[in-house]
Amino acid sequence: MTEPTIYELSSPGRVGVRYPQPDVPLAELPQDLVRQDLPLPELSELNVIRHFMHLSHLNYSIDSGFYPLGSCTMKYNPKINEEMARLPGFAYTHPLQPIETVQGNLALMYELQEYLKEITGFDAVTLQPAAGAQGEFTGVMIIRAYHKSRGDSKRTKILVPDSAHGTNPATSAMSGYEVVHIPSDSRGNVDIEALRAACDETVAGLMLTNPNTLGLFEEQVVEVNRIVHEAGGLVYGDGANLNALLGIARPADLGFDIMHINLHKTFSTPHGGGGPGSGPVAVKAAFKEFLPGPIVEVLEEGDEELPPVFGFYQPTQSIGRVKAFHGHFGMMVRAYTYISIHGAEGLRKVSEYAVLNANYLLARMRGTYKVPYDRICKHEFVVEGVWDDAPEVHALDIAKRLMDYNFHPPTNYFPLIVREALMIEPTETETKQTLDRFADVMLKIAEEAHQQPELLREAPHSTPVGRLDEVKAAKELVLCCWLPEEAKN
Amino acid sequence: MYTPHTDSEREEMLKVIGVPSIESLFADVPAEYRFPRLNLPEPLSEMEVAAQLQELASINETTRDLICFLGAGAYNHYVPAAVDAILRRGEFYTAYTPYQPEVSQGTLQAIFEYQSLIANLTGMDASNASHYDGATATAEAAVLAYHHFRGKRTRFVVSPSVNPQYRAVLRTYLNGYENLEVIGDDVEKPFETAEDLLPLVDANTALVIVQYPDFFGRIQDLTDFAQKVHESGALLTVVVNPLALALFKSPGEMGADIACGEGQPLGIPLSYGGPYLGIFATKKDYVRKMAGRLVGETTDKEGRRGYVLTLTAREQHIRREKATSNICTNQGLMALAATVYMSLLGKTGLRQVAELCYHKAHYTAQQINQIPGFEVDLKTPFFHEFVVKCPDSVEEINEYLLDNGILGGYDLSNDYPALKNHMLLAVTEMNTREDIEILCEALKEYSHD
Ligand SMILES: Cc1ncc(COP(=O)(O)O)c(C=O)c1O
Repeated sequence: MTEPTIYELSSPGRVGVRYPQPDVPLAELPQDLVRQDLPLPELSELNVIRHFMHLSHLNYSIDSGFYPLGSCTMKYNPKINEEMARLPGFAYTHPLQPIETVQGNLALMYELQEYLKEITGFDAVTLQPAAGAQGEFTGVMIIRAYHKSRGDSKRTKILVPDSAHGTNPATSAMSGYEVVHIPSDSRGNVDIEALRAACDETVAGLMLTNPNTLGLFEEQVVEVNRIVHEAGGLVYGDGANLNALLGIARPADLGFDIMHINLHKTFSTPHGGGGPGSGPVAVKAAFKEFLPGPIVEVLEEGDEELPPVFGFYQPTQSIGRVKAFHGHFGMMVRAYTYISIHGAEGLRKVSEYAVLNANYLLARMRGTYKVPYDRICKHEFVVEGVWDDAPEVHALDIAKRLMDYNFHPPTNYFPLIVREALMIEPTETETKQTLDRFADVMLKIAEEAHQQPELLREAPHSTPVGRLDEVKAAKELVLCCWLPEEAKN
Repeated sequence: MYTPHTDSEREEMLKVIGVPSIESLFADVPAEYRFPRLNLPEPLSEMEVAAQLQELASINETTRDLICFLGAGAYNHYVPAAVDAILRRGEFYTAYTPYQPEVSQGTLQAIFEYQSLIANLTGMDASNASHYDGATATAEAAVLAYHHFRGKRTRFVVSPSVNPQYRAVLRTYLNGYENLEVIGDDVEKPFETAEDLLPLVDANTALVIVQYPDFFGRIQDLTDFAQKVHESGALLTVVVNPLALALFKSPGEMGADIACGEGQPLGIPLSYGGPYLGIFATKKDYVRKMAGRLVGETTDKEGRRGYVLTLTAREQHIRREKATSNICTNQGLMALAATVYMSLLGKTGLRQVAELCYHKAHYTAQQINQIPGFEVDLKTPFFHEFVVKCPDSVEEINEYLLDNGILGGYDLSNDYPALKNHMLLAVTEMNTREDIEILCEALKEYSHD
């Protein structure tokens, strides 16, 4: 069942939307600048709606089923969030409007900054970064600016545990640092001795994810952070896994200096098929002046009669803008809605149930799947998707076979320190019934792997397309359904 | 609520795990920091939250309440209802990055179509799946050029008429590299043309960046300029407003190597500045150096057409510190919005919107130019934005306009000290002739008072 492309559906002369005729005299066009060809499709509105409806049916999504994609926190995205972000009072405001006309927006942004500070324990927040990776970039550039401001130019390295997400080393490199990998120990923690050995006056900082990408709480996190600080470095927290810590522990209390928060993971803003995300960065007071500006502040305190007046503050030693305007405001509205509905008590429950669900699934799978670092996990866990007595089967085959049972596969082949990794994050919004069904299927697949390995090797059998030829895609490199050359003929 | 367990389910689950309580799942968290009391407002019901946000939203004055002539990088356009109808499909907005192609063909094909539309609109060979916004797309162009020359060319020549926020973001991104030079954007000479940059372009120049239409709305043919830039071996990036490309020559046709820009005009609501859409497209020589996701066409074993993420060896999850960028989550749903918008409007509609903007902006400019004290340069070609020289500070004029229900233009003195009393006005298909007349009346009254 192949859906034609919009170019294949196109018919010359067809029109999808009508616009009013010009109500002003026509101006002359600069003929030498006017474009001759415009190779765009021509469709009716119904063509377009059906086409994208058909495409939507080819997607798996949280709304349609269990999506235990580790490290991504695929929790339910409440519908009310979508309504709120589309309120005309928010959706139709221009980012450069005078501040007196957007006090509602600024109040919301200010409150969200305050909530995020309270939840993480930090002292200041910028809402500007567009996603987690941009938050990392912001944070590492703050580390750089901080050392520079002290005239400390020897620090050329960032330490990154070997379990880290790819964005961590990529961010460090982009920020001008050499990356030094720190191994993990047998319990899945940062190897303290290796860390000590790596820490000297050339270290600018450590990028640490806690819980780490194995889904495990860094048991010596306070000590890890102390070691880095003693060497004069700073600790950046990759906040991708904050969903395990709401009301459980505040990263600032644990010794982190700077951290990003993924509104699109922890605070339920939708993942959108690959974004938009939102990656606010929180810092301790010592780093506030390095934040990208502007940030929202109270310009005049309110009183009984008048609300406070909100405006912008430009940090004095800012690393500079990382993005145009004020960040992904639409995502902020959704996250604010989510936090308001939960309150402190509800947020703690989110993390408790995220951790309960992960441990429950782990308990049900343990014994059938090898758990390389086996202890109480946090919001996710990692198993090996391979057995010595079923050598033909790999993690990828298990992932594909899950599709036949109508589940989205877990993250696979990450973290790199686990052989054939399957990284499973159920999130708090799933019922026990769903978890049981998934566990049953995982056990059944393990059985199939041993008895009918070809069933897995050839999976999926029930999806709109089978396994696709990635080598061919990279070799032929067809990135466009109607090349400009063809259009010109 | 969103957490579904009943008490008895919770107890059963704890029993299977083999721990006595939920608290015991957190024994590895240092006791002195465990379970902090968070000082947050009491939880509210959905009904109460909806009322509270409604209240906040109603404090704002919007581009619907006011007549909007504000642009400067974000534009007030009509978004046909069908766009949001598709965006609201849970199948699209509650999925994630299509790492598992067999269950993500909807997202993958939509991105592939997006890439096709953008490549065709910009006249380039390939587009990526998106960057965060126009500013970061511009910065990523510089990073591409830096790597293209393996760091050996260290000069980046940027026109002063590139959006000031983009220039700021560009500088932030290049701060991570040693000894790079960003020059050319002398804000004391805001109206310099592309040609004025040429003396700065030398054998050490990696990239030249100009904007089209530029920040002041002006358009010029860049064909000769592109050739001269290439004579010194440098690459050329043209920052575009994609809507203008429905009417004017594409950067590809004029010889640019990279086209990037802000995709917000393509069906994305203003939403106080985001989320928007970073457009990024290149000629084929640079495809493998492009950052971000790319979708390619292929087939399955049975020969059925399908789409996958391709050339992933450029990306952070494979290449780690050697990746072309750290970008991971991008603007998927916004790219979908642009795809649906461009599909709906198509060849005729997109051109029609661009022409409406053009004609209405020119009418407005001519009318304002006749008001005593106000001056517009009508000789230089422009698209839908233009600079008005005012008799007073823009701040004062805008206050007056706001009192008359008009959201005035952008105060250029914010970024260009030389442009005191200069306002940047944007006119789109949303502005009726009546709106334009109300604006002109208000400006006339202002100049009389
Ligand atoms: C552990 C970790 N760090 C960083 C990131 C990057 O975040 P984003 O995709 O929002 O840029 C991810 C993302 O998926 C992640 O799982």
